[in-house]
Amino acid sequence: MVKVNGTELDIAGKTVTEYLATTNYDPKRIAVERNGDIVFKSQYDVTVLRDGDCLEIVSFVGGG
Amino acid sequence: MDALAERHGAELQRRFSEATVAVCGLGGLGSNIAIALARAGVGKLILIDYDKVDITNLHRQQYKANQIGLYKTDALADNLAEIAPYTEITTITVKLSEDNLTTYLKDADIVCEALDNAEAKAMLVNGVLEQLPGYFLVAASGMAGMDTPNTIKTRKIGKRFYLCGDEVSDVADTIGLVAPRVMLCAAHQAQTVLRILAGEYEV
Repeated sequence: MVKVNGTELDIAGKTVTEYLATTNYDPKRIAVERNGDIVFKSQYDVTVLRDGDCLEIVSFVGGG
Repeated sequence: MDALAERHGAELQRRFSEATVAVCGLGGLGSNIAIALARAGVGKLILIDYDKVDITNLHRQQYKANQIGLYKTDALADNLAEIAPYTEITTITVKLSEDNLTTYLKDADIVCEALDNAEAKAMLVNGVLEQLPGYFLVAASGMAGMDTPNTIKTRKIGKRFYLCGDEVSDVADTIGLVAPRVMLCAAHQAQTVLRILAGEYEV
């Protein structure tokens, strides 16, 4: 299981890109941290999620 | 400076005065963050914005009617010089991008993301975390509209990334930005910066 923003999901084995494709996140508005470190945008396609990983996806909204 | 040392304690004031903080975007968030940090005695501020003061900014941003048309960098530097003349100010009037952010932010200890556009925010956050390892980043998302002030919060994401705001109130879905709620979010960001400088890394 992979914890995504606090929720356990059965997505181990998928890449970050593959997981994001199943969600409504806009890739241009997000930042993804995995186990406390940023996942480089260029690595979404090749970063494979592993059992026990903890993913934080921040989706930015406008205003400032 | 002695007056601040008396209030904050000499050690804490030394940490503030030796710090360099970059404020990226000088709108409702950034102008308030900069003033709070200058008042607290942060030694050096790097102020970054490419835009000019517009009449539609005055309801929430720390500019004056007679500053309309000036670059925000210049206008805010003038205002800070009146408020806290001991603060060292560097102004950079450019639009930040993935390709130039390291050049302009490398001298900072802490970077504040205070842009308004969601995609620009994401660009800066990813850029800082990817290109400037070891730097602290304090960003903001979600402070628009007339919702309760009590949903504005700060959380720590990862080792050196802090996010302030309610994370949902998009300016596009609300009546827009109102001064107190933006100031609340800016205050969260400024206080988080001071806490990091004080060695208090948890929220």
